[in-house]
Amino acid sequence: MRQFSPLEQRLLNEFQQGMPLTSNPYADIAKQLGVYETTVLETLQRLQTEGVISRVGAVFRPNRVGASTLAAMAVPEDEIETIAAIINEFEEVNHNYEREHEFNLWFVVVATDEDRLQLVLSDIEAACGYPVLDLPLLDEFFIDLGFDLKWT
Amino acid sequence: MDMIKETAFETALIAIISKGLPLVKQPYAAIAEQLDCSETEVIEGIERIMMRGDLKRFGVVVRHRQLGYRANGMVVWDIPDDRVKQVGHCIGQYAFVTLCYQRPRRLPDWHYNLFSMIHGQDRDAVTEQVKFIVAQCGLHDVDHRILFSQRCFKQRGASYRRPLPDSIGPGRGIAANG
Repeated sequence: MRQFSPLEQRLLNEFQQGMPLTSNPYADIAKQLGVYETTVLETLQRLQTEGVISRVGAVFRPNRVGASTLAAMAVPEDEIETIAAIINEFEEVNHNYEREHEFNLWFVVVATDEDRLQLVLSDIEAACGYPVLDLPLLDEFFIDLGFDLKWT
Repeated sequence: MDMIKETAFETALIAIISKGLPLVKQPYAAIAEQLDCSETEVIEGIERIMMRGDLKRFGVVVRHRQLGYRANGMVVWDIPDDRVKQVGHCIGQYAFVTLCYQRPRRLPDWHYNLFSMIHGQDRDAVTEQVKFIVAQCGLHDVDHRILFSQRCFKQRGASYRRPLPDSIGPGRGIAANG
């Protein structure tokens, strides 16, 4: 990991929320940081190009629209890559991680509605030959204030 | 659902601000040009979307892995049903917890009902944070496991109507935010 300048650190840590809704939001940020607007824009552009930030934008609550679930599958170790590839073929699957547990594949399925979601889960089970654990969200307990980065 | 009040204009606006603001001096004016409306309409549209509470935050979206937070632990807990809300709020209050969701048990295969996500610089850091939670929230007797992530087989970038890459993903449906 490369070292981040004090300006970069502040941009990364203090501006994960509260993007100004003004004509020149980056100028407002620059004012708070005591730098030029162009410096803020150039720095954000660089961080984005490097992949340190994905964007300056909005993060929405889950379940605004449609139906989704967290799904898990227990797959033999030597089949995991094959099965993961089959799961990834489904357009409704939007990410898929290996995790350290008997249930070793964890993926998120998003569909337009609940019926469609259940259909996709059955199709995934049929295609993979292993049962799917369907773990939809029931309740949410956190205030997302962004992520507090620790600079050491 | 919240969708009822959403206009076509707002849908288009949501799609754009989810993808990201242009890095230009007047980003809202640039969006206005794209949507063939005024800058004021864009800003007021975003304010309306925020008022509805659909937006969690609006600003710099960081990528944990690129910032050296390489360990990602999904911590799953088996909490008595009547304590889930209280414990959920306790765990969810800490800045290092990025998600805290209740999900159903699926007995006999799966008995954990509370999921929290912790990003740390390494596995030890995550393990320490879990110990801290156990102590702070009084969870000494609670069965829990840390499921560290290994390979990532698919990670689709965030876009409208898709959960975020760094999340363990949402649940579903109307009950979710209730």
